[in-house]
Amino acid sequence: MRGESEEMIDLLRDKVAELGLTNTVKVIKTGCFGFCEEGPIIKIKPDNIIYVKVKFSDVDEIFEQHVLRGHIVERLLSVDPETQETYKEDKALGFYKKQYRIVLRNCGFINPEDITEYIAVRGYEALAIVVSENTPEEVIEVIKKSQLRGRGGGGFPTGLKWELTAKHRRSDKYIICNADEGDPGAFMDRSVLEGDPHTILEAMAIAGYAIGASTGIIYIRAEYPLAIHRLEVAIKQAKEYGFLGDNIFESGFNFNIEIRLGAGAFVCGEETALINSLQGMRGEPTKKPPFPSEAGYKNMPTSVNNVETFANIPPIILNGPEWFSSIGTENSKGTKVFALAGKINNIGLVEVPMGTTLQEIVFDIGGGIIDGKKFKAVQTGGPSGGVITGDNLDTPIDYESLRSIGSMMGSGGMIILDEEDDMVAICKFYLDFSREESCGKCTPCRIGTTRMFEILERLINFEGTPEDLETLEDLAINIKNSSLCGLGQSAPNPVLSTLEYFREEYEAYAYRTKKTSYQIIGDKCIGCTKCSKVCPVDCITGSIKKVHIIDEEDCIACGACYTACPVDAIIKP
Amino acid sequence: MIVKNLKELRELCEAVGDHVHLRENGKSKDGSFIDILIGMGTCGLAAGALETFEQLEIVLKKKGLNHVNVISVGCVGFCHMEPTVQVNIPGKEPVIYGRITHDQVEKLVNKVIIDGGFLQENYLIKSFRRAVI
Ligand SMILES: Cc1cc2nc3c(=O)[nH]c(=O)nc-3n(C[C@H](O)[C@H](O)[C@H](O)COP(=O)(O)O)c2cc1C
Repeated sequence: MRGESEEMIDLLRDKVAELGLTNTVKVIKTGCFGFCEEGPIIKIKPDNIIYVKVKFSDVDEIFEQHVLRGHIVERLLSVDPETQETYKEDKALGFYKKQYRIVLRNCGFINPEDITEYIAVRGYEALAIVVSENTPEEVIEVIKKSQLRGRGGGGFPTGLKWELTAKHRRSDKYIICNADEGDPGAFMDRSVLEGDPHTILEAMAIAGYAIGASTGIIYIRAEYPLAIHRLEVAIKQAKEYGFLGDNIFESGFNFNIEIRLGAGAFVCGEETALINSLQGMRGEPTKKPPFPSEAGYKNMPTSVNNVETFANIPPIILNGPEWFSSIGTENSKGTKVFALAGKINNIGLVEVPMGTTLQEIVFDIGGGIIDGKKFKAVQTGGPSGGVITGDNLDTPIDYESLRSIGSMMGSGGMIILDEEDDMVAICKFYLDFSREESCGKCTPCRIGTTRMFEILERLINFEGTPEDLETLEDLAINIKNSSLCGLGQSAPNPVLSTLEYFREEYEAYAYRTKKTSYQIIGDKCIGCTKCSKVCPVDCITGSIKKVHIIDEEDCIACGACYTACPVDAIIKP
Repeated sequence: MIVKNLKELRELCEAVGDHVHLRENGKSKDGSFIDILIGMGTCGLAAGALETFEQLEIVLKKKGLNHVNVISVGCVGFCHMEPTVQVNIPGKEPVIYGRITHDQVEKLVNKVIIDGGFLQENYLIKSFRRAVI
């Protein structure tokens, strides 16, 4: 099929070139659309029409009829065998088909509170194989070979972390599952725990076997009651079946898991603060080294891994490390789960192979911007990350690429912003969060984030000055360089990245050139008077059937007129 | 019941696979039951999935449809379309419907389960594909 597709692509390119249409018609080779049984497939955008089982001889017709004339070639549309309806495009097709589900493979598919459903999808088989057929060193080797990297934000190689923890010979060792998930907008880990809790238990036991630990601890925020409940049920069932407890699969390996609740502080997601919190101390980070792999919980070697990282483990064991490392980009293997939120049509949880572009996530899977508004930026990495603008939408998602454009993978929250979003206000939101969540142990983070927040507030209230921008930048760089832990080191990122890409918005505040009043577009106004009737400060003038005008001085930007206007003739400031 | 080794586990996997096979390829050995899955993660519940769940049980009982199971599952990812419901009928590809609030339940049961039809307005996707393994 591949060869024929290539020929069709060449033919289409030739035709486009022949008619001199290279600027308006692009022929793009894409990955698999997902329904391989119907290939080769040609999709025409922006119409989103999909032609299936296209033959070389059909290309002419598609080009002549659809591309040039806009007529749909009905006979090549996919036909639903049951309803006999031809469907031009599945409503949810884009959302589903670009996804590749490893982590979320069982979410929405099995009953999380019924262990037999998990067993039926080969649950606990990876654990059984590992404890009865592999040495711990072999397990670590498999994970290293898969090139899995931590999904909690840092992207540290998981196999290496296990190896570092395994090499210390101490009486006790610990596996900790980091289920704190504190960044605003993120709900990936929660969904995995709620939808497939047994996977996490199984993976933790495998990790325990690999590093030589017999205790696992799940650190989860108390704000996730449903996830906690399902974990409790799962642990109980796993014990009944002998998947947890003593002498698992008669191998002599013992492993138990306990759940510990956190109070929901962002900083407690940081591994050293997490360990302090587990030990009943203040949730404050400590200096690294020593790393937890050497001296962690109770000063014993500890491997802290993220929920999503764990969810990748059983499939890697079952399918082999080569399978896993065949997915993704050179340095980032496998998939990543993202929580899409903000001004996007398909808000939801998606899992895509590393290397998928932001363009594909936002427009193909996410279905584009709500109300057909213009895309402005994507915020990734929450309070530790930055914004990605339209110019960088073709960036493939992986750890290094995102860092190179001033953002970060983070844990997977992705907030889509449209033309109406105010970047300074968004930064203020994140700084407010970081300032609140700073544990206060080190000065740069405690005082610095508050100062940054104050400057942003000043700017937004039109009380700032151009010098504030310099101070802001200075502070940001200093806090980044001198904070103790990742929270402070990354808290200035939202400001730095928006200063780079949207400096003019800051300047509009600093130089007080930002428009603060609503405006009426004369060409659109029908003179219905609805706006002037609702204006609470009577600053809209005009008579019936005549264009109305808003007095910019008096407008308080309440938005009442905007909502009242029946013809969208009013624009926001 | 303690599972002692890999062999026992694989036998158990085979023995309890009927419901999962129905969802995976439309073929259960038994072949007489229908599974309705409801996404009941936090997002689904917030959108009213529990009411949908309860209403489904009531409606199915009222109509004497004892061969239909209602099963709570995690989130499928369609947060913008919650509550989501997946209908698995033997021999057919599973269909996911969105926005099945409790007041849509009766319609769903009549049209999809009893008439064997399709609920066009709520239709999201029809596919066996959920994952790679
Ligand atoms: C402020 C801060 C918050 C963090 N929050 C989380 C979190 O919620 N979940 C998580 O897994 N890792 C979080 N991390 C990263 C952890 O310190 C640690 O790197 C991670 O749990 C390691 O797991 P991994 O190797 O599987 O990614 C956070 C780090 C910082 C600095």
